[in-house]
Amino acid sequence: MKSKETNKSNVSEFFSKIVRRQVFIPIAALLLLAIFNLVTDPSFYKITFGYNSAGNPVLSGNLMTILDSGSELAILAIGMTLVTAATGGQDISVGAAIAISGSVILRVLCGTDSRPETLQAPIIVAFLVACVVAMLFGAFNGVLVAYFKIQPMVATLILFTAGRSIAAWINNNELPIINEPSFGYFGGFIPGIPIPTPFFIAVICMVIIALVLRFTNLGLYTQAVGINESSSRLNGLNPAFIKFLTFVILGLCVAVAGLIKVSRFSTINYSVIAKDIEMDAILAVALGGNALSGGKFSMSASILGAYVIQFLMTTLYKFNVKSDALPAYKAVVVIVLVVLSAPIVREWLSSMWKKIKPEGQGKEVA
Amino acid sequence: MASSNKTSKAGGGLGDRMKNMTDTNLLLTITIVVFFAMYIGAIVFQGKGFLKPQTFFNILNAQAALIITACGMSLVMITGSIDISVGGVVALVSMCSAVYLDFHNGNIFMAVVISLLIGLAFGAVQGFLVAYLDIQPFIVSLAGMFFARGMTTIVNTNPFNVKNEAFVALKETRVIVPGFGSVNKIGKYVDAYVEIGVIVAILVVILLFCVLRWTKLGRGFYAVGGNSQSALMLGINVKRTKFLAHLICGLLAGIGGFVYFMHVGSGSASHASGMEMNAIASSIIGGTMLTGGVGNIIGTFFGVLSLSTIQNIVSSAGLDKAWWTGITIAAMLCLFLVIQSVVMARKKKA
Amino acid sequence: MKEKAVLEMKNIHKSFPGVRALQGVDFTLCEGEIHALMGENGAGKSTLIKVLTGVYGKDEGEIFLKGKDKAVAIHSPQDAQRLGISTVYQEITLCPNLSVAENMFIGRTSGVCQNWRKMNTNADKILQSLDIPAKATQQLASCSIAVQQMIAIARAVDMDCKVLILDEPTSSLDEQEVEKLFRLMRDLRARGVGIIFVTHFLDQVYEVCDKITVLRDGKLVGEYEIKDLPRVKLVSKMLGKELNDMSDIKGESKPYDKNDRSEPVFEANGLVSNAGIKPFNFYIKKGEVNGFTGLLGSGRSECVRAIFGADRVLGGTVKMDGKEVKIGKPLDAMKNGIAYLPEDRKVDGIVGDLSVRENIILALQVLKGFLKPFTKAEANKFAEDYIKLLGIKTASADTPIKSLSGGNQQKAILARWLLTDPKYLILDEPTRGIDIGTKIDIQKLVLKLASEGMSVTFISSETDEMLRTCSRLVVMRDRKVVGELSGEELSQSMIMSTIAGGDK
Repeated sequence: MKSKETNKSNVSEFFSKIVRRQVFIPIAALLLLAIFNLVTDPSFYKITFGYNSAGNPVLSGNLMTILDSGSELAILAIGMTLVTAATGGQDISVGAAIAISGSVILRVLCGTDSRPETLQAPIIVAFLVACVVAMLFGAFNGVLVAYFKIQPMVATLILFTAGRSIAAWINNNELPIINEPSFGYFGGFIPGIPIPTPFFIAVICMVIIALVLRFTNLGLYTQAVGINESSSRLNGLNPAFIKFLTFVILGLCVAVAGLIKVSRFSTINYSVIAKDIEMDAILAVALGGNALSGGKFSMSASILGAYVIQFLMTTLYKFNVKSDALPAYKAVVVIVLVVLSAPIVREWLSSMWKKIKPEGQGKEVA
Repeated sequence: MASSNKTSKAGGGLGDRMKNMTDTNLLLTITIVVFFAMYIGAIVFQGKGFLKPQTFFNILNAQAALIITACGMSLVMITGSIDISVGGVVALVSMCSAVYLDFHNGNIFMAVVISLLIGLAFGAVQGFLVAYLDIQPFIVSLAGMFFARGMTTIVNTNPFNVKNEAFVALKETRVIVPGFGSVNKIGKYVDAYVEIGVIVAILVVILLFCVLRWTKLGRGFYAVGGNSQSALMLGINVKRTKFLAHLICGLLAGIGGFVYFMHVGSGSASHASGMEMNAIASSIIGGTMLTGGVGNIIGTFFGVLSLSTIQNIVSSAGLDKAWWTGITIAAMLCLFLVIQSVVMARKKKA
Repeated sequence: MKEKAVLEMKNIHKSFPGVRALQGVDFTLCEGEIHALMGENGAGKSTLIKVLTGVYGKDEGEIFLKGKDKAVAIHSPQDAQRLGISTVYQEITLCPNLSVAENMFIGRTSGVCQNWRKMNTNADKILQSLDIPAKATQQLASCSIAVQQMIAIARAVDMDCKVLILDEPTSSLDEQEVEKLFRLMRDLRARGVGIIFVTHFLDQVYEVCDKITVLRDGKLVGEYEIKDLPRVKLVSKMLGKELNDMSDIKGESKPYDKNDRSEPVFEANGLVSNAGIKPFNFYIKKGEVNGFTGLLGSGRSECVRAIFGADRVLGGTVKMDGKEVKIGKPLDAMKNGIAYLPEDRKVDGIVGDLSVRENIILALQVLKGFLKPFTKAEANKFAEDYIKLLGIKTASADTPIKSLSGGNQQKAILARWLLTDPKYLILDEPTRGIDIGTKIDIQKLVLKLASEGMSVTFISSETDEMLRTCSRLVVMRDRKVVGELSGEELSQSMIMSTIAGGDK
């Protein structure tokens, strides 16, 4: 009898330990989606090998689409997680900033001619210039938030409004087209490698952020500032600078995402490129179980969250949901999520739980 | 003429009364002065176009829907919240009305009722989540925006023009403004006119202004935005007040949606894109503080006018390239945010 | 009920998990009197006030009001207001963006519309009759804090309150503003309002009050007429030591040597911050344990915050080991080997959601630099070492610090600073709100650290704790340093008379 009880509590403890891990939320969502697809249509997972129009070997299938198109979102989620953690607010200008950095890349590559035969500058130079520009815009947001103490969403509203116009202005509203095939590698396939390049770029970004979190104190500092600014200051941190820094890092992520975006089409549409991606990026952070009010974060959960969104979108496409109608389904997911994670609802649920299970083990560490 | 009168009055009192002015009035004065300065500047530098009253009325005609939604936005911002779903709701409302009128040959009265119900439904759900479940308004209304935009395409994918006769007649109705007509190129006198939407917008502005100024509920909005903890201690039902603010904002988005629909006469998923941000920008330019507690509907009205005047100046100045509009609006937004932070600093000092 | 009494609280009991905050407290307020409610932190003043205003429910006891036959039930602040009990808190609970008149009337009048003219004339009438220098149409934020305080009182008075509670209304006012407030209070007393005045400023109590009720450890000590209770007696009642039977507890610390000519580890001259303290001089020598003493709100915390650069330093010079250094922000102080354990553990100390380990290594990590994080093994070793050394009770080093008990949180914060190996350690109320065992642990630790050569400044509300550990005490009253005690002078009676100042 007694052993049975302890056994039971062990199991429940083990289970609650897993559930308490933050990564559990996106993983559970991912599993749910995966099982749903498996049940409804196993061919969802079919991966075919073929050749694209350029004669390169490519793998195609829904899974490849998810890995491919989820890349930009995953990269942005990295920066957005840091901004959210440190400032307790979100940057809504990333879509516009992607338009700017994409525009900068094309401008540098094209020089004065909008349809050059050959590239006017090496791609790496164009990318670096875009990085600098994107980081400057990030710094602009950062200054408004960290030093002028404007709410992040409002401060970034300025760039959100102006961003796409600035992007158009950089290229005189022309639509430059790059004919150089090597530029397309970043958003497509590198000859001979059947896996889409954006996935590799995303992986590189993830490795870099993993190394940064491992070999610097970025994670500790942003979390400390986000959780308790006053206490962080008394421990010698400079909260304003750390907030500023997170916006600059997000700028860098934006530049990378911008490169992939313009490379996919070898051109740019100022009003459409990366539209509403800021909302998805914020959603990825939330889906990762990170509090949007800042503080503790899990980077891997955010990145997984990004892929959950892509998985969800691909699944919906599979069911012939039009891309314009997608937001409605996303909205339902968001609302269910935030309602379940609202403290008031949680309290209510746990009190309900206690009523059902009166011997509830609300143990606290003394 | 009326314009120059007003500026001089506002300008004259500025020096003496600055100190004792409430934040709301100070920001309102700045907005009105900036608007008239800009409009006079437009007349001086851009020439006759802006002198014609019809130019001004055309701005009103085009922006009636924005005025209405921006009023709702100001209201939620005064209570310290935000609602970014209004653009989506406007699109959804115009699409639903269009489908109802055209495909189902419905009557206009029912279409209006449908519009209002859609607006109220959004306001009620979002208001409940924000006020009673204490969820961040930004996230709630973000989901609201997603939902409205998605539903719009689910209702109907392709944009189309409404050919319902009663509706077209309503859409074409022009209300003559006596005394503001002008003589056109061939020497014929043309009356100045506004659309019905403008009348609705002006009624909304007046009504909401009165509610905010002269009712207990209206002052409650300010109290909650100023300091919700204090408001609670002063005996105000904070949750209900917040809920009502969102509800009214949703209702106004519904009304704005129908007015928008009357102006464009079509349903499309891409209608009113970015309207929420324009509404926020107008409110900020109109002197509403994002931190809550400060703002004025008259200011919002002038905020919308400033915004569209700038757009008109930009396009008639030969800078018709699309990007100038965005950049000038952002610059104005930046300027007004700085003014707000100066006001905040002043307040803290006192 | 006694004649003239407007309020009577009888045998009030209130417990929180683990704390018996009020144990059978009686309190009587007569009409037309200003009644001071005194007691040190944790004495139960604020709990009593909150029971009275309906913020907390009471476990036991009865409250009687004049004109009501039966005991009244108060469930919410609104209930209390309806019964004529109004409270004015330390932080202004008015809306800064509304006008003065609106703040006086909002939320308590019926009807849909707002009649501005009637409201403004009414407000002006009340303001005039109470001699408050404000106009009805003015925005509240444009009034000084004192005037805002008075407007809150005016609102309460107009609501026909019979009992007015002033909870530390003077802590952010300057002398002239306090004087204005007192004039208003006397005026209200003349009208028959009963006023409960909670404050930490002794001078103010003797200036304006008629009676004093003293609480200690959740129990009633007594009710006294002001003329029967000289300051020294009041202080002894609050601290719970009788003057005559207070024999000094032998300190274990190194006795302070007046002739020691060695260079101080830390020295400040004319140091002043933006937190409203008068410029002060201070020094500490190697291996010395000294302390700032004074009642709560006397400025002792503000002094050490200025030393650490936690508040903005406005002037004065600072020397470490005789060399002049600049300490403008906490990091400067940390680099100079100063560590500071803040008074408010929750707000300034712990980083709640982070683990015990991260909380322990935080300060040292910041000193070490952004690019040089400790490896997991290093961090674990530090954490485990200190968890063992200080006996921190935690499930593991990975547990979020917010789930630990107060005492263990405090030990973890202490560990954080000890890890930085400071030359000079400042402990502000390290023993507040923690159990007796941990208290003794911390005291012992302080003495051990001092014997190893660390200089320690120790602040505590409990005088015997200070006497046990400190060899020199800087005494503060009303935000300035009023004396320094060492050697023979270190006794309860001396501390009390210095704190009380003025009359003996």
